[in-house]
Amino acid sequence: MLAFLLRRLLTLVPLLLGVTLLAFLLMWLAPGDFLTPMKMQRDIPADLIKQLEADFGLSRPWYVQYGYWLGNVLQLNLGYSWSFKVPVSDLIGSRLFSTFLLSLTSTLFAWVVAIPLGVLAAIYKDSIFDRASSFLAYAALSIPEFFLALLAVWFAAVTGWFPVGGATSIEYDYLSAGGQLLDRAYHLVLPTLVLGIGGVAGLMRVMRANFLDTIRAEYVQTARAKGVPEGVVMFKHVLRNAINPLISAFGFSFSGLLSGALIVEIVMNYPGLGNLIYQALLREDQFVVLASIMLSCVMLVLGNLVADLCLAWSDPRIRLENQE
Amino acid sequence: MKSLLLEVYRRPLGRASLFVLVALYLGALFAGFLATQPVNSQDLAHTYHPPTPIVWHDGGLAVPDYRMVDKSGPRYERTGEFHRLRFFAPGFEYRLLGLLPLQRHLVQPADPSAKVYLLGSDSTGRCVFSRLVYGSRVSLLIGLVGITITLFLGLLVGGLSGYFGGRIDFFAMRGVEFLMAIPSLYLLLALRSVLAPRFNSDQMFVVIVIILSLIGWAGAARVLRGMSLSLRRRQFVLAAESMGQSPLRILRLHILPNLASYLLVAATLSIPGYILGEAALSFLGLGIAEPASSWGLMLSQAQNIKIFMLNFWWLLTPGVAMFTTVIAFNLLGDVLRDIVDPRMKTR
Repeated sequence: MLAFLLRRLLTLVPLLLGVTLLAFLLMWLAPGDFLTPMKMQRDIPADLIKQLEADFGLSRPWYVQYGYWLGNVLQLNLGYSWSFKVPVSDLIGSRLFSTFLLSLTSTLFAWVVAIPLGVLAAIYKDSIFDRASSFLAYAALSIPEFFLALLAVWFAAVTGWFPVGGATSIEYDYLSAGGQLLDRAYHLVLPTLVLGIGGVAGLMRVMRANFLDTIRAEYVQTARAKGVPEGVVMFKHVLRNAINPLISAFGFSFSGLLSGALIVEIVMNYPGLGNLIYQALLREDQFVVLASIMLSCVMLVLGNLVADLCLAWSDPRIRLENQE
Repeated sequence: MKSLLLEVYRRPLGRASLFVLVALYLGALFAGFLATQPVNSQDLAHTYHPPTPIVWHDGGLAVPDYRMVDKSGPRYERTGEFHRLRFFAPGFEYRLLGLLPLQRHLVQPADPSAKVYLLGSDSTGRCVFSRLVYGSRVSLLIGLVGITITLFLGLLVGGLSGYFGGRIDFFAMRGVEFLMAIPSLYLLLALRSVLAPRFNSDQMFVVIVIILSLIGWAGAARVLRGMSLSLRRRQFVLAAESMGQSPLRILRLHILPNLASYLLVAATLSIPGYILGEAALSFLGLGIAEPASSWGLMLSQAQNIKIFMLNFWWLLTPGVAMFTTVIAFNLLGDVLRDIVDPRMKTR
């Protein structure tokens, strides 16, 4: 178990190196750098810019710059954000938390809604409920996420039932602990729905197909022949076997979730990591981009890891040590 | 190929999606003929004009005339006047299929000074319907071009690494896994910031296609590698090999035809990804730029809070168009998959 965990965490190293190297290279290839906006301002003396260029080694070749950056990161120094004028580590902490929260709630939402729906659709196959839910799932999978987010904002603006954007209210800092929690939850409702609905549809379809596959297995027939009550057959025998592919798909869904979160965060003005990366990329705020891309990769790998652990927990046939 | 089309046509869902897609592509081809106004004709006296219904008036089809009553809103009221519509009437000049200069349009007001806004107008008074029709060209074309490049790359990398195995296979697959580990939209944004400044806004379409295909080929390569790996052991491939055919020839003549049905289904099912990718980029202001038109770009202009508050719903119609296109492709892909591979059928 421990060996497995260690091995998986070790694969993070080449991945992170590769991703940051790629990001570094891409940003280096893009014209201009984070000093370009400063050079445009007349009141900043040329000496200062020269000084900064020297400090950050901007005149050196890109691999030397990358080496500097890597050395700093290993000493837990993520650099300084030029556009936000704060150290990157200060900036990213709260953003990471927001995105993590949003991903978590939307994943939970997707699972809690999709599994019962998928199971019901499979048990009552070809009923009106099955047809209606299949159709809705189809529609939900075909609707662009940003369009859904736009519709949600429109809905919030027209009805006034939900906040139009942001993660917290203006008076957040003055609320009690319970009030703060409620405030956050209130702001999370619409983004969670928008981000989760694609997941609901996808998971539901897979769940239904798996369940139908498993229902026809011979051990199910055996259980029924033994006189096991139908409810026990469904939940103890069928569901437990049908759910495994979903758990391994959970890890992959994380990558899509992060991409989707980027769009949803921008449209709904939610202060998360995706929103930050977008703004930082536009402003060529190099260190912010590198740090946030790195963190989202870590999140991705950890998500996959959790998925594997869950799978091992739910399916005793899988032995982690023997994998790979 | 012909029998496959017939088979699709025999199924109600397949027929419906075929009809929708053919209609959409015809609309894109004859965009100039369908449009009531040039794609970029602004009219600041008619901003946020509501959609004009077509009514039967005085023995012919006509649209009601509107008058702006409140400039700050803006709000419009009907004046009670009507403008007669004429079909196949002359209007602004355009080029049919990009070649033939023409002036005939499907619908034009009989009075040339009158304006027809079938789906209202946007913040600068441009006709939403006309922009929608012109914008469909981008979305509909990008899927086809993108998928062609992607499948070509995927086939090359996946087919070769599955066929040769060994070291080529190892490195190709590690590369593929690496690409798949990065959230696609992040990669999209990064690649765009590198490539975009090297091209002008007219070439933006090409840039987007390149970026989307560069990201999309990894998944296809992985599946195709698995398939060519299993085909590799089949007798007809071994026979061709022992006859001394070159690997590329074997790949083209013996392996490719066996992958054709998978390619067709995969292509249909991944086209929506390209449409949505372009729309997302344009929506973020990083794709197709003004004055050209694209569905994502049109939606990005609907992000204004004023539009939500005053219920200018017609500015959200590009989203509906996108939804229709994507669902038609998804349906067609599912139907094709059922025909090609009945075991995969989604019961």
